[in-house]
Amino acid sequence: MTKAFAGVQALRGVDLQVLPGEVHCILGQNGAGKSTLIKTLAGVHRPDEGEILWMGESVDIPTPEAALELGIATMYQELDVVDGLTIAENIFLGHELARGGFTRRSEAAARTRELLKRLGHGRLSPHTEVGRLSAANKQIVSMARALSHDIKLIIMDEPSAVLDAEEVKNLFGVVRELTAAGIAVIYITHRLEEIRQIGDRITVLKDGRSTASGLPVAETPTRELITRMTGREVENVFPPAVPVPGEAPVVLEVEDLGLAGVFRDVSFSVRAGEIVGLAGLVGSGRSEILETVYGARRATAGTVRVGGRPLRRGSVVSAVSAGVGLSPEERKSQGLVLDEPIFVNVTLSSMSRFAKAGFLDERAERRAAEEQIAALELRPANPDRPAMTLSGGNQQKILLARWLVHGTRVLLLDEPTRGVDVGARAEIYGLIRRLAAAGNAIVIVSSEIEEVLGLADTVLVVADGQVLTTLPASQIDEHGVLDLVMKGTAA
Amino acid sequence: MSEQTTTAAATGPSPAPAGGPARGASARAGLAGILSGSVGRNLGLVVALLLLVIVGAITAPDTFLGVSNMLTVLRQASIIGVISIGMTLVIIAGGIDLSVGSVLGLASVVATLAAVQDLVDQTHWIFMVLIALGVGLGAGLINGIVIAYGKVVAFMATLAMLVAARGLAEILAERRTLVVGDRGFVSALNQDLLGVDILIWIFALVAIGGWVLLNRTTFGRRTVAIGGNREAARLAGIDVRRHTMWLYAIAGLCAGIAAVMMLGRTTAGTSTHGQLLELDAIAAVVVGGTLLVGGRGTVTGTVFGVLIFATLSNVFVQNNLSSSVQAVAKGVIIVIAVLLQQRFAKPTGRAS
Repeated sequence: MTKAFAGVQALRGVDLQVLPGEVHCILGQNGAGKSTLIKTLAGVHRPDEGEILWMGESVDIPTPEAALELGIATMYQELDVVDGLTIAENIFLGHELARGGFTRRSEAAARTRELLKRLGHGRLSPHTEVGRLSAANKQIVSMARALSHDIKLIIMDEPSAVLDAEEVKNLFGVVRELTAAGIAVIYITHRLEEIRQIGDRITVLKDGRSTASGLPVAETPTRELITRMTGREVENVFPPAVPVPGEAPVVLEVEDLGLAGVFRDVSFSVRAGEIVGLAGLVGSGRSEILETVYGARRATAGTVRVGGRPLRRGSVVSAVSAGVGLSPEERKSQGLVLDEPIFVNVTLSSMSRFAKAGFLDERAERRAAEEQIAALELRPANPDRPAMTLSGGNQQKILLARWLVHGTRVLLLDEPTRGVDVGARAEIYGLIRRLAAAGNAIVIVSSEIEEVLGLADTVLVVADGQVLTTLPASQIDEHGVLDLVMKGTAA
Repeated sequence: MSEQTTTAAATGPSPAPAGGPARGASARAGLAGILSGSVGRNLGLVVALLLLVIVGAITAPDTFLGVSNMLTVLRQASIIGVISIGMTLVIIAGGIDLSVGSVLGLASVVATLAAVQDLVDQTHWIFMVLIALGVGLGAGLINGIVIAYGKVVAFMATLAMLVAARGLAEILAERRTLVVGDRGFVSALNQDLLGVDILIWIFALVAIGGWVLLNRTTFGRRTVAIGGNREAARLAGIDVRRHTMWLYAIAGLCAGIAAVMMLGRTTAGTSTHGQLLELDAIAAVVVGGTLLVGGRGTVTGTVFGVLIFATLSNVFVQNNLSSSVQAVAKGVIIVIAVLLQQRFAKPTGRAS
């Protein structure tokens, strides 16, 4: 039996109790703290507060090796197998069967065959190079490696993400065999239907907290799970909607846009001053749609027009010069040059305007940044502070300031309030509204369905890379969206 | 954790575990705060250079401190210095150029081919200069196109150019040394200006040009942005590929300039010119405080890096120590410099 009450920075109070022989599912959006939680259990991170009880005793897990010694194995999402080695070599990587420094290949092969057979893959040869295996089979290798240790708990981080339906079925068979042998499984996913099929109990994470701990799967309605996963702390902070005048011109037109293997046939248009929201669960393709409109991904079908003129496919430069701005999903890795000061980040998209013959006028840049700092109440109000030192909400404001300075007609906002605390969220919402009122056509993507509904004039419900329906935000509520999404995903 | 530590390390939420050892961190954070600034890092370089000068003055008091010896140091630093300026820009953008030494050799050979020498005889030696620069620029452009548009890793693309350019130089020169026939060219590059060699002036001009480009232009800003966060730069609407192409073109142009200087100093073109120069340049850039992963670096630091190595080798020569001993010392300096960088460079909060 394990119990964790962890307080790592990305986690703020998680209760989790796992029983022998059960499949314990952990559900949560991107960034909810799932990965941090499993890394804490796997000995990659150490908790600041709280404790981990293992078999009734308080334990410290300083390293991954220590976790394995206790009997905790982890299968990461990015499969951690070495492509250049054979299956057998991968399975015994780090604990090679050896005598006097020489590997005992035949014994390793024999034990590998045994493990593979136990996992229902007896036909795989231990001598096959792992790089030549499919994702599903690599996962089997990863699992076999876990089993090569004497483990009592195996953590699987979104194991189904890379598998097709048939392979998932096989995976579930393997999981059931493990639990029958008394091994506990922590199964991480954001696919609700899988939890129904394989889970015994469930813990829901949101913003680093457990919003539900150890609920029995069979007795918990899906709706309750989603509510706990998406949360509702954003209620009533939305500024009142301003109706878009009927004669406002269409600024952004997206027609039959598609990205092979991700989404298809996406069409919508946004008028000046209008906010269109994409609602859907993680993995529905919403962020990809935004990035493709922007040209950050090269569309395989369809067109995007701004002010009636088509954008070049796969060209961010073309989108930006047409007046389109993107505030990307991952602020730190996609949005900001973290080491550089605020003003550099603010003028990044429009620096040629602050230059004569290629020579920058830093004073003018600072002035422009200071104006935005004042207008957006960005803190600290010092244009020379490195972007890295700012809070999430203020980093988001840098990105909005960047596009305000550039002067956009279309703003694409992906998760504009992720990692932003509640107070700052209200400010961001107000800003988004003001940007719309100033005539921008805005498209917003958020994991919080409530947020999409609260801000958008028009909502597109997205599931499995398809737009299920388009309707005014006033005509649908969160439950309505979820009903649609679940039907759409099941179909 | 002490109050001081928290403020010094206030870099927003990081995914790293915070449970690490905090003892003695506040004292180190203060020192790190000073040394991680660009002033601080260059200050460290000034101190290192001064130490070398003091060692030189003590061990070779009669010869080392004279003006003529100082000019010798600068003259020896000049060619590698020009190469290092181009290298600095490439490395700040997160790239690397291994081909500069070979390109120098190739440019020196092409500029001294019989056909070119004939042309120069009939017209003016300036054509020899232009052709050397053209070869450098062209090779750099090829590097840039292969890297930016062909999406070949910079290390491999420029390694290929290193091998191919050297081979082409050997073919063209038929493994002979091609003597520069034009007296005008040789004397132009070996004259003094205000008592200082032309080569040193060229180095100074290129260094100033590089500094201005990096610190005062949109080109420099984009270079830093691409090195600091390539994806953010791309999503901000910067044409990262075209910019990358021009960066390698500039590195190639610097190799072309260095080839002209080499022709002036040795009065001959040969395929062996510039061998291993790329490694000296990278060492000077890194010792100068530029991060190999990109995003941070200075031209001033590189100039100091070049001067440190040139002074070091001068001190060794003054004391009649072998070049092998010198090579060992160089290696030690590089390792120490990188270790210091890792200690004092602020952790970038880049999401993993």
